[in-house]
Amino acid sequence: MSSINRRAQQRNLEIISNKKVGAYHHMVLAAGDMAQHCSAGNFVAVSVGGTGSSMILRRAFAIYRASDRGQYGGTIELVIAPQGQGSRWLTSLDIHDVVDIVGPLGTSFGIPTEPASALLVGGGYGSAPLFGLAEVLKERGCRVDMVLGASSAGKIYAPLEGKRSVNSLTITTEDGGAGIKGRVTQVLPDLIEKHGIEIIYSCGPMPMIAAIEEISFKAGLVHQCAVEEAMACGIGICMTCVLPVRDPDGVIKMTRSCIDGPVMDGSRVIWDSLRKVPLGTWGFDG
Amino acid sequence: MDKQYQAFDPRCRFGRKSFPSPIFTASGCAGSGKELSQFIGLDELGAVVTKSISVKPRSGRATPRMAETPSGMLNSIGLQGPGIDQFLAEDIPWLIANDARVIVSISGETIEEYASLARKLRGVPGISGIEVNISCPNVENRGMVFACDPVASKLVVESVRRNIGGELPTIVKLSPDVTDLVAIAGEVIAAGADGLALINTLLGMAIDIDNMRPKLAGMTGGLSGPAIRPVAVRAIYQVHAAFKGIPILGMGGVASGRDALELIMAGASAIAVGTANFGDPTAVIKVKSELIELLKERGFNSVASAVGVAHEK
Repeated sequence: MSSINRRAQQRNLEIISNKKVGAYHHMVLAAGDMAQHCSAGNFVAVSVGGTGSSMILRRAFAIYRASDRGQYGGTIELVIAPQGQGSRWLTSLDIHDVVDIVGPLGTSFGIPTEPASALLVGGGYGSAPLFGLAEVLKERGCRVDMVLGASSAGKIYAPLEGKRSVNSLTITTEDGGAGIKGRVTQVLPDLIEKHGIEIIYSCGPMPMIAAIEEISFKAGLVHQCAVEEAMACGIGICMTCVLPVRDPDGVIKMTRSCIDGPVMDGSRVIWDSLRKVPLGTWGFDG
Repeated sequence: MDKQYQAFDPRCRFGRKSFPSPIFTASGCAGSGKELSQFIGLDELGAVVTKSISVKPRSGRATPRMAETPSGMLNSIGLQGPGIDQFLAEDIPWLIANDARVIVSISGETIEEYASLARKLRGVPGISGIEVNISCPNVENRGMVFACDPVASKLVVESVRRNIGGELPTIVKLSPDVTDLVAIAGEVIAAGADGLALINTLLGMAIDIDNMRPKLAGMTGGLSGPAIRPVAVRAIYQVHAAFKGIPILGMGGVASGRDALELIMAGASAIAVGTANFGDPTAVIKVKSELIELLKERGFNSVASAVGVAHEK
């Protein structure tokens, strides 16, 4: 069994920027030395609602970028979709407000030891952790191609500085409002072929990741994905964010996405049994 | 000597065991202990009360297992866990090596399963007590929850007591979802319980009004968090009024020292923190230091001297 991210700490961090970008908010936090411990794919758990709030659980957000030097020292950046009461509260905060953060949490994307041709696929604001990953891959001499998809143009998160770190960027929207009309999976086979892709990294809605795994499997590629499950704690103690995953010994276990994820080997997740306990799972009790 | 110059005594006692701190983690709310140890020293706790362990490994239920509710949450985990053998081989040695005192919570589907768990735990070095979680369906009685049936509750506790021996305190965790809690408490005390854990979660449900289905895969779930604290205060008050000599491990929505003190004044001898750990991994430390401050401010020189003070006329 894996352990909690050994770098995780609980800190009060000051907001130094909070801007609306399309359908999302981009937030920058002064994070001190927490920033240098963050890797692409890690997430943070943020307390919401303030003292005495009726919202008692933290909200998990993928780290968009972390930088350990700059005007404010170390910073952590988040991309937040103000969908629920908690994220709306968070995006309504002002500069200099302080938020209670636990992080960095979870696993991170594995980086190839030799330069490889990588395809990064993001759905909606699932693109957030992929830009930091793209920078790391570029530094290691990898070719990096990116595909971002969403229902409409406003839900594509692709900031200018992010685009610099990729060799090519393909956009798909279901309504055709930007880029190619359709879903990310429609463009993947051609891109894999064209760029000689060896590894796929993905982040976004679970049905999208499941469809990417199917394509990746057929093409015989390595696929690292960041999964999404509702979490209560983010630190491995509540057992709510589980999904069926085959362990290295071949045994299917209900596995915590906060500790053994969010980044997982796509070929180990039992995609046709998401939200279920498949027959044969260790300790299956019907 | 003036009362306020005496050293403060934070200890509590269950059966033959004394614990140096009045704050425990509630069952199922501390992972294996390892995860929380990143944020707190486990030796600061009275004890880690482990997740409820069953005879065999359990996968737990499908997801969604959780839904946040106002000042609370519903959970339907299904007691996911490794089973007693792996638990004894891996979790327990780790906890003991890391200076945690341990109360092992056990759950069964039959009376014989509880007995067999008690036999496996008897003589395991380093354990400080057993919590008997009887909020489980009894497969021998049409799935009726043991804790809702005074006779079944009594039989479980008798069989655990018979098999565990005389040294380890046996704390029985009761459900508030019953008509006459005092009657059930009376049965388990008569059967040999050294202490009671009050309260387990309340059965609740939430429906997603967009997809028009229950939010939890298991349909219903256990409600916990500050929303249930008044129920905990009531339950502890009623049981303490009826059985003054039986120590109670009080729990139910405790997130601050003030909350802990309220349960102690109702009759709890010690406090377990559960759901608050999910929102704040250092919650137990805050609850402990705030509680001791509040007690000192009120002129108490021990936790024990404040237990049940709300009952005084």
